[in-house]
Amino acid sequence: MNENEPILRMRGINKSFGPVSVLKGVDFEAHAGEVTALVGDNGAGKSTLVKCIGGTYTVDDGVIEFNGAPVRVHGPRDASALGIEIVYQDLALCDNLDIVQNMFLGRERRTSRSRTLDETTMERLAGETLASLSVRTVKSVRQKVSSLSGGQRQTVAIAKAVLWNSKVVILDEPTAALGVAQTAEVLRLVRSLADQGVAVILISHNMNDVLQVSDRIAALYLGQMAAQVKRSEVTHTQIVELITAGRSGHLGLQLEDALSTNGAVI
Amino acid sequence: MSDYVAGTTQSQQQPPAGSHRAAPPPFVPPPGVTPDGGASTISDAVRDYTLRVRQGELGSLPAVLGIILLTVVFAIAEPSLFSVAGLSDVLQQAAAPITLAMGLVFVLLLGEIDLSAAVVGSTAAAFGVIWTVKHGTPWYIAIILAMLFGTVCGTALGWLRARLGIPSFVVTLAAYLSFQGVLDFIAGTSSGLSMGNNSVFFNLIGGRLSQVGGWIFLVVFVLGYALVKWFQRADRTRQNLPVEAMSIFWLRVGALVIGGAVFVYLCNANELTLSWQKREGLYLGGVPWAVPIIAVLGVILTFVLSKTRYGRHIYAVGGNTEAARRAGIPVRAVRTSVFAICSGMAAISGLFLGSQVGAVNATSSLGNTLLLGVAAAVIGGTSLAGGRGRVMDAVLGGIALTILIFGMSDLLKNSDNAQWEDIVTGVVLLIAAGVDATSRHAGRASG
Repeated sequence: MNENEPILRMRGINKSFGPVSVLKGVDFEAHAGEVTALVGDNGAGKSTLVKCIGGTYTVDDGVIEFNGAPVRVHGPRDASALGIEIVYQDLALCDNLDIVQNMFLGRERRTSRSRTLDETTMERLAGETLASLSVRTVKSVRQKVSSLSGGQRQTVAIAKAVLWNSKVVILDEPTAALGVAQTAEVLRLVRSLADQGVAVILISHNMNDVLQVSDRIAALYLGQMAAQVKRSEVTHTQIVELITAGRSGHLGLQLEDALSTNGAVI
Repeated sequence: MSDYVAGTTQSQQQPPAGSHRAAPPPFVPPPGVTPDGGASTISDAVRDYTLRVRQGELGSLPAVLGIILLTVVFAIAEPSLFSVAGLSDVLQQAAAPITLAMGLVFVLLLGEIDLSAAVVGSTAAAFGVIWTVKHGTPWYIAIILAMLFGTVCGTALGWLRARLGIPSFVVTLAAYLSFQGVLDFIAGTSSGLSMGNNSVFFNLIGGRLSQVGGWIFLVVFVLGYALVKWFQRADRTRQNLPVEAMSIFWLRVGALVIGGAVFVYLCNANELTLSWQKREGLYLGGVPWAVPIIAVLGVILTFVLSKTRYGRHIYAVGGNTEAARRAGIPVRAVRTSVFAICSGMAAISGLFLGSQVGAVNATSSLGNTLLLGVAAAVIGGTSLAGGRGRVMDAVLGGIALTILIFGMSDLLKNSDNAQWEDIVTGVVLLIAAGVDATSRHAGRASG
C-alpha cells in the first residue's frame, strides 16, 4: 500500500435530515499511523460525519473509499467488518464485568474442545494488549470496570480497539471528563495507538489536546469542510479562526462559500 | 560510539517501514501491572477479600454470617432445634425456596422480576402429577414434561417483556393472577391433587440416600471439585498467568472434605432417639434427596452462567444493555430466555413444594412462597438492580432464610407463628434489599 494513500477517504459527502442539510459536500481523509483531529463548533456536523463512517447513518450522496476501494457502509456491522471502531463518549462498558470480559464482550473466545469460555487465553491476550500500549495505570486485568477511574475506562475502550486489530479508530471526546494526569495518559495512548499503525480520528473541543497529539487537523464549519491541513502548517490562532469563521487568511472557505452557508450574514 | 541512540526502547516500538502493524512485543508484565486471578499466598487472599468487601462486593458474606449467627442464637435459645433431626428438617424445608431462587437469579441478573414464578411452578407441577397419576407416565418423563410446561410459560412471559416491552412487573403480575385461576381449576379441591403414596414425587422431600450413598455422593462431589480446580490451575500455568498458591488450593479442598464429612455423618445419624424406637432397631437418617438434586442443578446452572458465552451475555445485558447491544449480543433473545429458565426451575420448586404435603394444592403457592425465593436470592448476594448474582447465592440465602423461619416457629411454638414468619420474612427481605442498595452505592468508583 502506498504510504501516502489514505486508508479512509470520503468525497462529496452529503447528508440531510428532512429539510436540514447537515453535511454539504464534505471531503475527509484519514491516514494509517496518523492522528487526524476532527474539530468544529457545536452543530458543525462532527458527530454526523462520524456516524456516517460508523454506519449509524447512511450517506445521501458521496463516496466512501476504504483502502482505495469504494465501500458501502449500511450499518455498524459493516463498519466493524472493515475494521472501523468507534469509542463513544459513554464508552459502552459493562460496570459489572472485569477488564478482560469487557474487552472480549460479544467476541468471547472458546476452547476448541469443550466450547466453553477460554478464560486463560482471553486473560493473556488482554494483558499483552495493555502491555503493548505500555499501560501502567491498571492494577489487574481482572479488576471490575466499576472500580476504574474515567481515564482507566478510556484506556480499556482504546485497548479493546487494538485487541481487535482495528484499522480505523474514532475517539469521541476521549478527554472531556478527565483530570490533567489522566488526560496526559489518554493522549499518550492515542499517540501509541497511531504508532501501531492505526488511523486514529480524534474528535475534541480541547485545542491543547488537538495541537499536542494530532498529525492532521480537519476543521468543519457549518457542515462544510473548511480545511484539512497538516498540524505543522498551522497555528493555534488559525485553527480557532477555521472553527469559528470557517476561514483563516488563504486557508478555509472562500467568501462566496461562506456566504452560501451563512445566508444573509455578512 | 557516536551513533549510539539513547532512546532505543522507543525506536524499537516504531512499526517497521511498510508493515501495517508492528508485531506485539512478548508479554512482560510491566512493574505495577499484576494481572492477577490468584493470590500467591493465603495472606494475599485474605487481603484481596477484605478489599473487595470494603468496595461493596459483599457477595455471600451476609448469608454465611447469617447462617452461623442464627444457628448459634437458636441453639442457645432452643437447644432442641440444634439436633440431627433439625438439620435434615431445615434442608427439606429449604429445597423449594432454593430451587425457586436458583431460577429467579437468572431473571434478577437482568434487573427483571418474575412474580408469577411460584404459581407457574405449582401449575407445572400439577401438570406433571396429572401425567404420572392419571396416565401412568414414568416419573422422569413427567418431570421433563412439567419443566417443559414451565419453560413454555416462561418463554411467553419473556416474549411479552422483551418483544412488546411491557414491564416485567406487570407481565408477571398478570400471569400470577391468571395461573392462580388455572391452578384452582386443576387442584382446587380441599385435599389438592394427590401425588400418590410412595411415588417418586411423594418421596422427593422425605426420601433419603442410604448411608453408603451419602458417602459416595460426597466423594464424587469433592473429587469433581478438586479436578475442575486442578485443571483450571494447570491451564493458567501453561499460559504463564499467575496462579493461586497450592496452599489455598489444598485449603479449599480440605475445607470441603471436612465440612462435607461432618455433614454426611450428621445426616446419617439416627434421628429416632426415643428409647422404644432404639429398642425396636428403627432407623431414620441419611442425606435427603434434596441435597444431591440441588447440587446437580447448582453445578449445571453455575456452569451455564460462568463458563458459556450465553452466561457471559446475561451478565452483560444485566450490567449495561446498550453496551451489550453494541457488542452484537442478541439482547431480546437473552431477555426472553431468562424467563424460560426461571419458570422451568420453578416447576421443580413446585414439585418440592407439593411433596411437602404429598399433593399439589391451589393454596400452596400463595402468599410468601415467591417472596421467600426472591429473599433467598437477595440475601445470598444477588442484586435486584441486575448484573450481580450467582446460583450459589440462592443456596446459601435459602438455607439462611429457612433456619430463620424454622427457628422462629420453634421459639414461638405456643403462639400462632405463621404471622410472625411473614413479618420476619418481610423485614429480612427489606434488610437484604437495603444492604444490596447501599453496597452498590459503595462500589461506585470516584473520578
